[in-house]
Formats: sequence, C-alpha cells, structure tokens
Amino acid sequence: MKLSRKWLDEFVEIHAADKEYADKMTMSGSKVEAVHLPGSEIRNVVVGRVLKTAPHPNADKLIVCSVDTGADAPIQIVTAATNVNAGDLVPVALDGARLAGGQEIRSGVLRGEASEGMFCSIAELGLTLHEVPYAVEDGILVLQEECAPGDDIRNVLGLDDHVIEFEITNNRPDCLSVIGLARESAATFGLAMRTHEPVVKGNGPDIRGLLKVEVHDTDLCPRYTARMVTDVRIAPSPRWMRERLSSSGVRPINNIVDITNYVMLEYGQPMHAFDFSCVEGDTIIVRRAGKDSSFVTLDGNERKLTGNMLMIADKNRPVGIAGIMGGMNSEITDNTRNIVFESANFNGTSVRTTATALGIRTDASSRFEKGLDASMTVTAVNRACELVEMLGAGTVCTGIIDIDNSDHTPVVLPLRRERINSLLGISVSYDEMCGILSKLGFTVSGDLVTVPSWRGDVEHMADLAEEVARMYGYDKLPITSFKGETPQGGFTREQKLLRNVGMYARALGYNEILTYSFISPASYDKLRFPEDDERRRSLEILNPLGKDTSIMRTSALPSMMETLQRNYSFRNKSVKFYEQATVYSPAADGLSNETVHLVLGCYGKDIDFYTIKGDVESLLSQMNLPEVSFSADSRNASFHPGRCAVISCLGEIIGTCGQIHPLAASSYDIDVEVYAAELDLALLFRCILPEKHYIPLPKYPAVTRDIALVCDKSITVSTLEDCIRKAGAPLLKEIEFFDIYTGPGIPEGKKSVAFSLVFRSDERNLRDEDVLAPYQAILQAAGDTLNAKLR
Amino acid sequence: MKEKLEHIRQHAAQDILRAPDTGALEQVRVAYLGKKGELTLLLKQMGGIAAEERPVVGQLANAIRVDLENMISERSRVLGEEALNKRMIEEALDVTIPGKRTPLGKKHPITIVLDEAKDIFIGMGFEIAEGPEVEDEYHNFTALNTRPGHPARDWQDTFYLSEDSRVLLRTQTSPVQIRVMERKKPPIRVISPGRVYRKDEVDATHSPMFHQLEGLVVDKGITMTDLKGTLVQFVKMLYGEDARLRFRPHHFPFTEPSCEVDIMCFECQGEGCRVCKGEGWIELLGAGMVHPRVLEGCGIDSEVYSGFAFGIGVDRLTMRRFNINDLRLLFENDIRFLSQF
Repeated sequence: MKLSRKWLDEFVEIHAADKEYADKMTMSGSKVEAVHLPGSEIRNVVVGRVLKTAPHPNADKLIVCSVDTGADAPIQIVTAATNVNAGDLVPVALDGARLAGGQEIRSGVLRGEASEGMFCSIAELGLTLHEVPYAVEDGILVLQEECAPGDDIRNVLGLDDHVIEFEITNNRPDCLSVIGLARESAATFGLAMRTHEPVVKGNGPDIRGLLKVEVHDTDLCPRYTARMVTDVRIAPSPRWMRERLSSSGVRPINNIVDITNYVMLEYGQPMHAFDFSCVEGDTIIVRRAGKDSSFVTLDGNERKLTGNMLMIADKNRPVGIAGIMGGMNSEITDNTRNIVFESANFNGTSVRTTATALGIRTDASSRFEKGLDASMTVTAVNRACELVEMLGAGTVCTGIIDIDNSDHTPVVLPLRRERINSLLGISVSYDEMCGILSKLGFTVSGDLVTVPSWRGDVEHMADLAEEVARMYGYDKLPITSFKGETPQGGFTREQKLLRNVGMYARALGYNEILTYSFISPASYDKLRFPEDDERRRSLEILNPLGKDTSIMRTSALPSMMETLQRNYSFRNKSVKFYEQATVYSPAADGLSNETVHLVLGCYGKDIDFYTIKGDVESLLSQMNLPEVSFSADSRNASFHPGRCAVISCLGEIIGTCGQIHPLAASSYDIDVEVYAAELDLALLFRCILPEKHYIPLPKYPAVTRDIALVCDKSITVSTLEDCIRKAGAPLLKEIEFFDIYTGPGIPEGKKSVAFSLVFRSDERNLRDEDVLAPYQAILQAAGDTLNAKLR
Repeated sequence: MKEKLEHIRQHAAQDILRAPDTGALEQVRVAYLGKKGELTLLLKQMGGIAAEERPVVGQLANAIRVDLENMISERSRVLGEEALNKRMIEEALDVTIPGKRTPLGKKHPITIVLDEAKDIFIGMGFEIAEGPEVEDEYHNFTALNTRPGHPARDWQDTFYLSEDSRVLLRTQTSPVQIRVMERKKPPIRVISPGRVYRKDEVDATHSPMFHQLEGLVVDKGITMTDLKGTLVQFVKMLYGEDARLRFRPHHFPFTEPSCEVDIMCFECQGEGCRVCKGEGWIELLGAGMVHPRVLEGCGIDSEVYSGFAFGIGVDRLTMRRFNINDLRLLFENDIRFLSQF
C-alpha cells in the first residue's frame, strides 16, 4: 500500500520527517517498506515563460527563444520543438539540471547560438499522458497549471509528494486505505483524526425507478449497494486527484474510473462503475456463474468460468466477475451517459478462489480476499457520488439501493486487564488500556470492549493484548527470563547417534551434502530398481514444481547420484560425500514412515571397492555393534554384480555397499567407477549394544605366525578366516588377512591367501612349540574342509 | 713411576680432546686403556717398584684410569652430539612443502548453523522435538488456527499428496508444536529444527525445500517479556554481545500477540545500506505468544498456561553467516563450495 503524505495530511497532520514517521509506524505495526520521493531525481527544473521566438540563423529546424525563468534577465534557449510559442509556460531545465532518469543538462552552443537550458517534455519529467492528459507526447509540455516563471516544476506538477510504502499484513485489510492508515498514524502519534461524512445532493431521478438489483447468492455477497449517475460527462479528472492516484501507484484514466479508484484507496472499499446502457433488462443480478462458461473481462481477455464463481449479471448475461474485474461489455467509454456505481461486500474466500483459478489479481480482489467491513459500502458509494458532484462529472440520482444481508452485530469482548498484563509481562493501568483502545476506534464501557466493524481480526482477549502491546511499544517491553521448573535439556539417544555418525563420516573424509527430499520418478529406472521393488512405491506430490521433483524418495541413492553427477560434470576430480537422508515410504494412514539413511558416495583417485567397504567398516567400528558381516550380493541391480556386499548385523541386513552398476553410473553421465553405500540408520541403531565393557589387557606376550594357503579361487577370504578361527581356538586370538596372490607358482584356478596369526594364552608365556598344535590343526582343517594347502 | 703415570695422563688427555670422531676416540681408548694400552702396560710393571710405594702408585694409577674414562665418555657425548647436529643439518627439510594431510570431510554450512543453534538452546534447557515432514492438514493448518480457505492452504503454495488436501508436505515446523503439546503436558521447552516445503520456484532467494528452527515454551506464567529475553539471549550467543534486536508487531495465525524480530544491520549499524536495503535492520525471525485457541486445541488450559513460540529461517541465517549470495549453492552440493566450510 502506497500512501501519499499529502493525502494523509487531509485526515491527520503529522509533522514528523519521513524517517521518523516510518520508524514509528513500523514499530506500531504498520511496517514501512520504503519511502519514495517521486520527483527526487529532478533538480533545477523551473517554469519558464517564452518571451519571443526567432529562427536560428544557421539552422532551418531550430528556433532561438528568449525565456523568462524568474531570474533578473531572460536566458536564451535553442530548441527543435515545434509546439512552443511566445507566451507559453514551459518546464525549463537550467544549466546543471537533472531530469528523471538521471540525465544532466548543461549550457552549450548549438550551431553558433548559445543555449542556456532545455525545454522538457513529459517523458523527461518521468510523466505520461495519464498524469498530464493535456500534454502532447512528442513535444514540449506547455503547462496549463497555475504557475509563474521560476517556480520549481516539482511543486507545479505535484512531484513534491512523499510516498510511504507499507507492507500490510493479511489480517489488516482496513489498512489498505488512506483512512485506515490515518487512523493508525493518529493513534501512533497521539493525534486526533479528522473524519469526513460524504454529503450528496443527489437531485437526479430516483434510482429505484431505473434499476433493480437482485442478490441470489447472499452467502457470497452479504451486501450490495448501488447508486446511479446520469448525464455523465467523461473527462480527465482534476490535477489533485490524478496526482494522488499516481502517488498511490494507480494510473489515472478518466473522471469516473478515477473516482472509483480514489474511493477504493481512501476507504479501502473497492468500487465498480458499469455503463448503465449495457445493463440489459435494467436489472443487476448477483449470482453464481452456473452455466455461463466464459466471459471477456475489461482487459480484453476471455476467462473460463466455473459454476461456483460469483458473477454480476444483468437479465441475460454476466457483466462482471464479482470483486475481481468488470466486463468488456459494460466498460465505461467516452460515450457513456449513465452509470451504476457498485459498492458491495463479497465473501473473501470466494473472491480469492475465483481470482486464483482465473489467474487475475486486482487491487479490488486483493482487498476483498482478506475480508472487508460490510458496513462501509454506503459511505463509500456516497463518497463516490459526492466526488461526481464535486467534479461536475454528472447528475447523481436520488436514493440508494442497498441489499444488506450482512451481520451487523458488533463483537464485544471482556476487557481482562489482569490477563492481558500477565500475558505481556507488564502492568498497564485500566485508564491507559482504555486510552489505547479508544484511539484505535474501540469503545470501552466498564469491562466491555466493543470492536469497531472494520477490525474483523479482533475476536479474542489475545487480540486486545496485541493492540495494547503494540501501542505501548514492543520495544518498551522489558527483557526477562522465564522461571519455573527447569526441564533437563539435551539430545535423545538417536539425536546423539546421528551427530556421531556425521562426525565419523567426516573423519573418513566424506563431505556432507543436503539434497531435496523429492526426486524424479525416472531415478528408479536410472538406478535399475526391479519392477517389483518395494522402493518403487513412493508418495507422490500431486502438484509438484516439475516431474523431476514429484515423488518422495524411498532411497537416498538417487540424490547422491545426482550430486556425484553434478560434481563430475563440473570436473571435480575426486569426491567423497555423505548425507543423512530422510527417506519416505507410504504408511497405512496416508502419511509416511520417515527414516534416516546414511548414504556414502565417492569416485576418483585411489577409490575402489575396498575403500568404501573399509570406510563403512571403520565407521561401524565406532558404534559398539556386535559382529558385522559382509556377504556378496550379485542380485542388486543398482550395483556391479561382482562388487557389491550386503551388510548384516544380528542376522538383519542393515545396508549395502559396492560399486554402482556401470550402466546406472552412465545413466548419470559418469563414466568412471562410482562407489556408494546406503545404511538404514534406524536398523543400525537398534543393533548397538547398550553397554561397553573393557577387556583386560593381555598379561602374556603373543606368538605370531604367518600362513599362506593355496585354495580354489572361489573360496572367499571370510570362509578361510572362519575355518582358521575355529581350528585355531582357543589360543588363536587374532587373524589378519594381508595378501592375496595368483600368478607364477600358483596353479590355474587357485589363489594364495596369506594371513598373520596371533596366538596367546591368558595363563602363561607361550613357547614356539605350544603354537605347533593349533597351527597344525589349522592346516588340517583347511585341507580337510576347503582343500587348501600350505603354500 | 709417578712421573710416567702423570706423563700418560697428560698425553692421553690431549689425545682424547683431539680425537676428531668416535672412531679416533676409540683408538685413543685402546691406545691407553686397552689390554695392551700404555696405562695397562705400565701397571703391569708395578711389580718392579718398592712395596711401600705400591699402594700410592696403585691409587694414582686407578685415579688416572677413572679420570681418563670419564674424559672419554664426556668426549664421546660431545662427539655424538656434534655428529647428530651435523646429521640433522643434512636432514633439514623444506617445511613449506605441504604436509601429508588426512582429508577430513566438512559439515554442510546449514548443519554448522543448525548445530550451533541447537547447542545454544540445549544449554538453555531445551529439548529437540521431531515431527513428520509428510504432515496432515490438521497439524499443519487447522490446529495452528489457520482457517479453511486461508491462502497458505492453496495448492499454488503448498505441496499436496492427496486429492482431498489432507496430506501435504509441511510448510513450517510449527506442526511439531502441536504434536509436542498433544503428547506432553507443560512445562514444555522444545526446539524443532527441520525441513519445510513451499511451492516456490528455485531462484537465488527461493527454494521449494528449506529449513526452519521452531521453538516452543509453555508453562504457567510465561510472558511476552520472557519471549524477548529468550530470543535476545539466543541471538547474543549466536552473533555476539553487540547484536541488537528490534521487535515489531506482525501477524501470524497461531500466535497473538505476534512479532517479527529484526537484527540491526552489521554493515551499517542501523543507518541503512545496500545489505539491509536501506532499512537499517534485517528480518531474522517470527515469534509470538501461542494463541490461546492453539493451546486449547491441544488440551492445554489457556487460563492456566501460556507460552511463546518462534520460528527461524535457517537457510537465510546460514547465508548471512557465511556471506552466501545465492541460495541455490546450498543445495547444489558442489565440492568446491562445500569444502570451504
């Protein structure tokens, strides 16, 4: 909402400078977004009277003018303009002047003749024909205003206004008006406000003999008020009105349209004017669109209607979309003779739904949709008629049509001073509270507060508390800390574990990423999820921004792959990422089961399967888990069939790690090996042992033996380890794999696997010969069960 | 004999001090103290001297041996040190060559800010509450005093997962307030950080997914001045003691009175500049006293209890903190960006 300070002055004169005014209004609840000074760019442009003109001695197309600019002596100006004559008053940019847009003007010499300034067009002053209807577009502005040579052009053309732009919250449509803001301003500055009751002579014929109004859908139109004007003379509106409209960001059109906009800005009540000759059957019917399927609004666009949209119609057809925009078929034109002023109250939600559906947003609809005060329709229409008479724009008809189904019962609330004070934490006296509320238009009588009709937002003790607080001053409220029982703050077990997992991942060199929770349905194909994969059952966003953000992810892999893809395309050589990604699977109640997955992803130098596996092992080793095992998984279609392991703990699969299937990687445009792991942290956290007990340090030294076994290639290292562990018990305490070898010396189809074995007794020092028996037992078992021989 | 001994002592001492390295020193030791060394040989001639002189000479000889051994060991230490110093000079490295780094991963900047905020509130006795991101219309709107038909409910602004507008992606972390109040009675002191969703096209300042941090305190006698106190304390801990706040009236459906809280522009100290778009203040968060209807809806008697709530935009906070000018960077996850934090 843009507020002209000149207009504001009419209701309450506030002497504060713009900055102080803006600060105080912001602090009392009407936030100021900006202060505009429309003419602030213009400098050193004055009114000049052309004394005489003469042809330029050296140029056919130029003339030399002598101009009185209010200085001691006339100045000489050379111009190419053709519409300037002796006696004209024109805007003159003097030496050093600045025009709208920042252009600077300097004295100069044109074809040998000195020119000490420049005549200005409306465009050079930042104006259009809307603001100065009598001007010409392609020539010098010849002023028709009351002014004298030397006057500052900004004052002459009303460019000296100060415009305050407010951000008005949705609950205060009353402040989308000059009067509403004047009321807030008066209360904020502790001043009285001048009010004005419109006076209409109304000596035309009686409206009731000319027009009938029927409201069929009173639920969507609680009140419809109309007046008529005959013998309309369409003309530009006077300068003061044009200036105020322009300052408020509304383009002047003609007197009738300008009056409707003027009243809307002044009262906050949107108005509409119909050409009465276009109202067929002399009847206005307010009804739902029903079967009407399309309508051309006055901006020339054809709109598709739906049955529930509220229309203003005549006997035969719609003439306007209620509260949003009038129709082309009843637009005010230069030939309009008789008009109907509509000042109505429409249901806010209905206007908003319709406006949204049609994709139109007008000054009217944005006011109606917030819910307006139904009691102001009559005053507003009277104000419009008063202005018609003031401007001599027509003859106002006697009488008024007012179909009022609105609820006039005022809201009355108890004034609970103690409660308000205890909510705010201050102590405001009864008198002070009454003072604040009265300034804002509330009526206080004893312990009862009557809420003014324009404050539909006030309906509760807490609302009164806010009124008191904002006028008392939020900045004056002291700063306290709350008392009472102090609960123990802190993280839950899961929250702590999540923090730790992040820390471990970073310690392993993984950088945290945050990605969108929604992904493209194509992701599942890219990652080759089987058709019957449970993870393909995703929650779907019905109104997504686009297909690629339309489903809630059930796996954290797609987002990781997209991130890797992006980094790969940026030529980032080597990356390691992790995300603690929430995944969403449909739940029976229509909502979702949300769990957090840890996803790791990497590619680059020295990164292979054993990097990601090792990183997962290291991370899990921090978490006090019972035995974790990895087993080959060749059936996970997202991964390389020979380089993928499922990770299990306590018999339950908690995750997967491996190389992303080359076809999946290439569907993300990555042509190097990509490795990833995904762990379900909820399952993982469930496996964590509640306690950790220290194991006494060994008392006796260990004996170490290396062993290399030659076995079939198909036997896994973990199978060998299991066999060795069992056979070497109880003295064998540790097995460490350290080498695998194929090549010369090893038969085809075989491999040599080397382990380092640590033997130790808890009772005594082991001698070399003590280790012989378990060592032999290991060889025996490996030979018997796995056909593995000592190399 | 005595003279001979003194002579050996003199010469041996000289030779020890002159020995240029440990090898030469060893030679000197062997030459005097070894099995065939001068001193050893001389002592073998002890039999040739008078018996009464023997103890005296013997004593002297032993003293000389001990002296020489001490000298040798001292000399050995000095030579060892010299040799070490020499070696270390040769071993000198270019310490400006980069070290062998173990590359640690970085926290995402949003996590850095969130973790800091969480730690501050935990220190103030808050717990961290969580709630679903796929929410129902009741918790996200109705229970928060947002009437049917309210613009925020529009399909243009909110992501919906069911045709009847019942299931949606939460547009704020405030529904967690409701879930907390439904399952727990006062005193309540929680924060709830998390992801929220609004149907905004991606640009430098908008994202369809972003982060909020919600706070809720409900107890007997909670006042608006407590709200101010809590937020002032939080902001000072986050931004330092110099941070100045401005509380100005605003409107939210679920709080009354409501306020927005601005922080004085760091760049211009309130004068107005480009950073704060001339206002001198930068919007930080929204807050207010929990609307009595919201309390009642959760079965909390608003005549007995009162509370305050606040919501902070974490992404904006992060951008300001690290001077990030484009929100998209936060979700693009370019390693060149992430590795800077």
